[in-house]
Amino acid sequence: MKIAVCVKQVPDSWAEKKMINGTLDREGVDAVLNDLDEYAVEEALRIAEAHGGNEEGGANTVTIISMGPERATEAIRKALSMGANDAILISDSALAGADAITTSAVLAKVIETGGFDLVLCGTESTDARMSVVPAMISARLGWAQLTFAGSVVVDPAASTVAITRVTDAGVDSMGASFPAVLSVIEKINEPRYPSFKGIMASKKKTIDVRDCAAIGISVQGAWSVVADSAPRPARAAGIKVTDSGDGGKELVDFLAGKKLI
Amino acid sequence: MSNVFILVDLQGDAVSKTTAELATAGARMGDVTAIVVAAPGKSGAVVSALTGPISSAICIESGDLATHGVPAYADLISQIVLEKKPSALLIASHAFGKEIAARVAIATDSGIITDAVDVAADGTATQLVFGGSTTVHSKISHGVSIMTIRANTIEANTAPASPAVENIGKSVSDGAKKATITSTQPFVKGGRPELTEANIVVSGGRGTNGDFAAVEGFADALGAAVGASRAATDAGWYPHTHQVGQTGKTVSPQLYVACGISGAIQHRAGMQTSKTIVVVNKDAEAPIFDIADFGVIGDLFAVLPKATEGVIARKS
Ligand SMILES: Cc1cc2nc3c(=O)[nH]c(=O)nc-3n(C[C@H](O)[C@H](O)[C@H](O)COP(=O)(O)OP(=O)(O)OC[C@H]3O[C@@H](n4cnc5c(N)ncnc54)[C@H](O)[C@@H]3O)c2cc1C
Repeated sequence: MKIAVCVKQVPDSWAEKKMINGTLDREGVDAVLNDLDEYAVEEALRIAEAHGGNEEGGANTVTIISMGPERATEAIRKALSMGANDAILISDSALAGADAITTSAVLAKVIETGGFDLVLCGTESTDARMSVVPAMISARLGWAQLTFAGSVVVDPAASTVAITRVTDAGVDSMGASFPAVLSVIEKINEPRYPSFKGIMASKKKTIDVRDCAAIGISVQGAWSVVADSAPRPARAAGIKVTDSGDGGKELVDFLAGKKLI
Repeated sequence: MSNVFILVDLQGDAVSKTTAELATAGARMGDVTAIVVAAPGKSGAVVSALTGPISSAICIESGDLATHGVPAYADLISQIVLEKKPSALLIASHAFGKEIAARVAIATDSGIITDAVDVAADGTATQLVFGGSTTVHSKISHGVSIMTIRANTIEANTAPASPAVENIGKSVSDGAKKATITSTQPFVKGGRPELTEANIVVSGGRGTNGDFAAVEGFADALGAAVGASRAATDAGWYPHTHQVGQTGKTVSPQLYVACGISGAIQHRAGMQTSKTIVVVNKDAEAPIFDIADFGVIGDLFAVLPKATEGVIARKS
């Protein structure tokens, strides 16, 4: 099987984020592999390992695909050190400030020409939090959409994949023939830490950096335009009391004062 | 006046409270048409349950929805959107709604905005990003303005609607049937309000040590929904469907009460936009106090029962 995993480099969840000219300031913050994409990398590796592995010359390959600045190679290295085989990074100044529409077009274009059986994604990026790119890639490619997977079972001989879809609404069992686009929820597995050996090996793995011309896509401007953005005033310091028997009563008095009860 | 579509939000066969919120937002921009996409024979009851400023309804029924899910819904909606060319399409912001919005945006060459907390008459959306620390105003510049709106953020006009109804026959394209759903288990709803729709949410975390009785007791006294931190859902103390945060639900109630929750950034991402935040935590240094309007430093097992008594006493 040829498996692709779409990953994004994002500002560290703990970093303070701010906007400059309508887009997230990515320069001034620590950048990491999106937490939620680690589960997709892990699941792709587990699928490969359950069906003959992804060693050099093995039955399967796991390819990392990302769009972002050149600096995104740092996040990609992490995925490679977990055990993925190689990576493609689409990097182009024309893509700065790209919206989900453009991102999905770029990723779909790369996937389309790669001959993949399965594409895995995280459910959302921790910075933009839109949770729309996997569905958009599926729609663009006309491939089966198997998103919000809480478990994945692949049958390479039959070229089929089955998942349980876990959302607010409930749990669905669903399946499809290859090729398919999956997203996996964070309860699906426990991502491995890269081993020393994995980190060393990742340094020799190829990250194929391409620009828009190389993948044959011309970039349109974003279709959602930011008019303005402003930090919200910090919440005013609240009241803090130490419970010495009356804490519950004081709490109720506060709620009553606010007309919340 | 421009024509604004809203996708009627269903929980099972019932119309959710969010639907009237979508209609209220839509009516600021134009004449609202409610799109009802339902299983065969189900749309009539949905239309009669509609509330809010809705002037017309379009009903599409299909037996393929249950077996093909999101792509089937999105395919039917895209067909109607391409035919009727509304200026905007408003959808509820949950996993299902956002995926439909995503697919309809691709099919109709339109821009998309997710998680709006407000929408103005000119179609400008307000979003709270980066865990609620930044307000962004943005607008779609191409195609239909497809926007998903968070539950409980728009004050709904809930007058009964009596829309003019049009039933349209459409079938799901083959391309939208690539995946097949073999079984569906909807989550059973308890007697408490729906988490994302509730005016008050009381949540428990690792500090409950697995005993949610005090949290539930306080929630019930307040008529609130019950939420949980990931520590509590991972431990199996409370169902995952009640998780609040980055990988759980995003809530914006009038009042959020966090009990035995430290306030990790991933938890805050799901509750920081609550109007009033109250905290009960025995660690005075817990970061959740930084965003609390009122905090009690104390043991939740001592504080909550007293607070519950106090609420009940005031109500009687
Ligand atoms: C990818 C990813 C996604 C995540 N998504 C989410 C998410 O959606 N939602 C979420 O909540 N977390 C999420 N997390 C986890 C998050 O980082 C924290 O680990 C989690 O929120 C901690 O839960 P907690 O506050 O209940 O537990 P803790 O951090 O252990 O805090 C427990 C608190 O309870 C207090 N306490 C203990 N006993 C008592 C008592 N008797 N009375 C009063 N107070 C008491 C303690 O002082 C402490 O502050 C995610 C993490 C990752 C990496």
